Amino acid sequence: MDQMPILAVNNLAVTYKTRKRDINAVRDVSFKIYKGENLGLVGESGCGKSTVAYSIVNFLGPNGAVTNGEIVFKGEQLRGRPESELRKLRGADISMVYQEPMSALNPSMRIQDQLAESLIAHRGFNKQEAYTHSIEALKSVYMPDSEAVMQRYPHQLSGGQQQRVVIAMALLNNPSLLIMDEPTTALDVTVEAAVLDLIAELKDRYQTATLYISHNLGVVARVSDKVGVMYAGEIVELAATSAIYRIPLHPYTMGLMRCLPDVDAPKGTRRLYPIVGRVPSPANLPPGCIFAPRCEHAIPECSEQHPELVEIEPGHRVRCVRASEWLGKKMIWLDREEALEPCPDRDDEALERLIKIDNAKVYYPVPYKTMKGLFGMEKRRYVRATDDVSLSVRRGRTLGIVGESGCGKSTLARAIVGLESLHGGKITFQGNDISEPLNKRDLMTIRELQMVFQDPNGTLNPTYCVGDQIAASLRRFKTVPPDQVQGEVERLLLSVKLDESYYYRLPRQMSGGEKQRVGIARAIASNPAMVVCDEPVSALDVSVQAAVLNLLLEIQTQQDMTMILISHDLSSVRFFSDDVAVMYLGRIVEIGPCESIYTPPNHPYTAALLAAVPRPDPDLEPSGVRLSGRVPSAVNPPSGCRFHTRCPFIIGDICQQEEPPERNFGGGHKIYCHLTPKELEQVKP
Amino acid sequence: MSVVTADEKSARTKQPSGPNQGATSARSMSNVSRRLRELVELITASKTAMVGLAIVLFWVFVAIFAPLVTSYDPNEQDYTAINEGPSAAHPLGTDQMGRDVWSRLAYGARTILILGPLSVSVAFVLGIALGLPSGYYAKWIDEAVMRILDAIMAFPTILLYMIIISAIGPSMFNVVIAIAIGGAPGVARLVRALTMDIRTREFVSAAKLRGDSDFQVMVREILPNCRGPLIVDFLMRIGYAAFYIGTLGFLGLGLPPPTPDWGGMVQEGHGRMIANPWPVLAATLAIVSLVIGLNLFADGLREEALRYQ
Repeated sequence: MDQMPILAVNNLAVTYKTRKRDINAVRDVSFKIYKGENLGLVGESGCGKSTVAYSIVNFLGPNGAVTNGEIVFKGEQLRGRPESELRKLRGADISMVYQEPMSALNPSMRIQDQLAESLIAHRGFNKQEAYTHSIEALKSVYMPDSEAVMQRYPHQLSGGQQQRVVIAMALLNNPSLLIMDEPTTALDVTVEAAVLDLIAELKDRYQTATLYISHNLGVVARVSDKVGVMYAGEIVELAATSAIYRIPLHPYTMGLMRCLPDVDAPKGTRRLYPIVGRVPSPANLPPGCIFAPRCEHAIPECSEQHPELVEIEPGHRVRCVRASEWLGKKMIWLDREEALEPCPDRDDEALERLIKIDNAKVYYPVPYKTMKGLFGMEKRRYVRATDDVSLSVRRGRTLGIVGESGCGKSTLARAIVGLESLHGGKITFQGNDISEPLNKRDLMTIRELQMVFQDPNGTLNPTYCVGDQIAASLRRFKTVPPDQVQGEVERLLLSVKLDESYYYRLPRQMSGGEKQRVGIARAIASNPAMVVCDEPVSALDVSVQAAVLNLLLEIQTQQDMTMILISHDLSSVRFFSDDVAVMYLGRIVEIGPCESIYTPPNHPYTAALLAAVPRPDPDLEPSGVRLSGRVPSAVNPPSGCRFHTRCPFIIGDICQQEEPPERNFGGGHKIYCHLTPKELEQVKP
Repeated sequence: MSVVTADEKSARTKQPSGPNQGATSARSMSNVSRRLRELVELITASKTAMVGLAIVLFWVFVAIFAPLVTSYDPNEQDYTAINEGPSAAHPLGTDQMGRDVWSRLAYGARTILILGPLSVSVAFVLGIALGLPSGYYAKWIDEAVMRILDAIMAFPTILLYMIIISAIGPSMFNVVIAIAIGGAPGVARLVRALTMDIRTREFVSAAKLRGDSDFQVMVREILPNCRGPLIVDFLMRIGYAAFYIGTLGFLGLGLPPPTPDWGGMVQEGHGRMIANPWPVLAATLAIVSLVIGLNLFADGLREEALRYQ
């Protein structure tokens, strides 16, 4: 390519000043983006991806500054330009799409005013011109019903629609450069798939140069032409997407790929290989190659000198001294990859049903808005978070519950352990009725049913050291005699791969993954029969996710523990579960053994979920089933089949009028749909 | 097996730890000292907090060492030296009864520095007792408690104090009661708001899942995590309390004479303010400096704590 790059970043270095010291968050980053090209920047959190993006538009904040290098946009140096000139560029020739569409839009302005604003400011349009142009822009991002959307406020749109508005806004002035910072991370997987389709299409249509930032390898594989892998503030590998996914040459890239659970691999056929250790703080970098302490291929030379980003083969740059050794070999799986047999299917009927849930309903009352309601003259309305769910889990098995946010899976989990009270239905555990909420359950029941929580920052009390928090459970349930509590806590810490020195750590002195391990140790401290894990890894980085999933699987198999795994991530559910239930709007739409869920026949919703999973393989064609619209309100769920408002396979009035019948495919595989079993066979992701 | 070793290795590399057994008590000690050191770092990092702290510490020092920094008894009347301006013998002059203004100021600092924290502490006990269950249980308990507190808060503060003091009579004890009752609703609201936020965190669910009673959850899990904002509020309120103790003293509802009391000094001296401004000026400046000092300290602490996150 002889043409001039739209954006050329050379030897960029960014420093943040903090109270204690200066932190060199980004060092020696260089890349070029040409017209019509999409460059993806991937890496774990804290690797400096967003800092690179913000330095281009000079949004580094009061304590950040570009300390070295140049940022050349269309041949002109941006670094050191006065703010007034940059302001003219931003929004006109460079635009940005952020992670949170809700906070990128002004909640007090109508969509039409927000869109028109940038046209009036940058191109001097009058109101009428701006309006017509804005509608065009909304149509170009396939916004259904664009005229009506123009009149609305951001809160009246769904997350996916909001992100479409933000993308339309970014494209309004035909920018030469588009910076997208995790644009789909905050969205549900089905919505993410549709937005990714849009981004890929827009790139072809408008030939905009795009810098795409994501932590998700699957997403980048889907939209980018070139990929830069960032690690602790440096680019360690930079190449065309197809090359990097086929044969990654930097051990960090290999590690990232190795630690992803594969949605296409059945339970037990694959292990996850986490990357050892964690990203070093930019203030405390190791000498030599910064990845060397975590690298499996490190040789003594690695910790002596800092490798440069070298072009190993045409268009493929790697910052590793040994990269040329791996040229042409697919090194991802290492030599220690063992061929694992799928888990033997245990005799189902022989196992006791540990927990049985019948028609469980969890409703939240909607506050009265009228005087009549206050005096009890109006019928109480409810959010039907979980509505009529029946399932059972046999001892020693793992049930995965999947669904988008708002489908009631977390509510169900909280009802099982007793944190929410049932509005109707029954839960039987070890033969006893435990439909009562927590404060009416006896200590023995509480002890047998524990939970692992989602948010690593919320799961531990910031006031107490972790040892005391685990010990509190041991003392309450008298798991061990009082004089052995300390020893037992240390044993539990070891069993979650932390050492005894963590006893006196405070939560804020630990990383997210470590906190999550302590949460697991606390849950298994009482030696429970069943543990409910509510999105245990969704807030963690991929390499840490792998380690925590491995740990959970190990505990589950070693102690023959029964588990329920709540997740929106179909890959980790497949890695972990024996059985899977798919939930939509408070109902189960499909349930059965794990393998039957991931292969046809499928419920249309399951098919859509499977199709939406971004796969880290650029050669895979994105597949067909896409959902439109938003999840309806759980206060007034749609009549008949709850999925009919979004179902691509809708067959007519019957879907709107009648509850879907149960289609039994044997082996416990049930689908709730009006389609006949034969038609369901045709539903493919 | 590779999985296990990888994980173990990760745990080890993350924390190059020293000896891990037998040294546990030393470790918990170092935990306490580390927290103290962090607190000191927090305060010293903020210039605002340092200035405030210096002013407050000045008055604390004067109050503690009052007999050493003054040469007269605060109630000693010298009719040969009435309404004098500053001199070598009386650095801040004397009042209308010939009492040394600096002595009265120094001993008055004792009064205010005991009564202020004491009354605010009582207000905090009341406020926490009301606010914690209110925020935790919400629903009708919250409604009931908050409506009662609204009724109290509907009175202008100084009017409320006057009503209470006139009802139960002016005395040191009653001043504490009045300020505690007047301050409790504000504390309760703060605690309630913090509780409503913290009770949704997952560690609260975790505590319930080990069978903690509601009381244990509130006191062990929620209250300690309110401490940051509560400490700042405590400092601010001592400032207000000093101010109100002064006001009550001025209105003649404070401490009965001849107790040295800053507000009382203003009240006694304000009639002759033109002829002899010193008692009034000194006492006013003392109140203002203490209130400003506490506010600066609290503000600096809050700002720095926020930035620290």
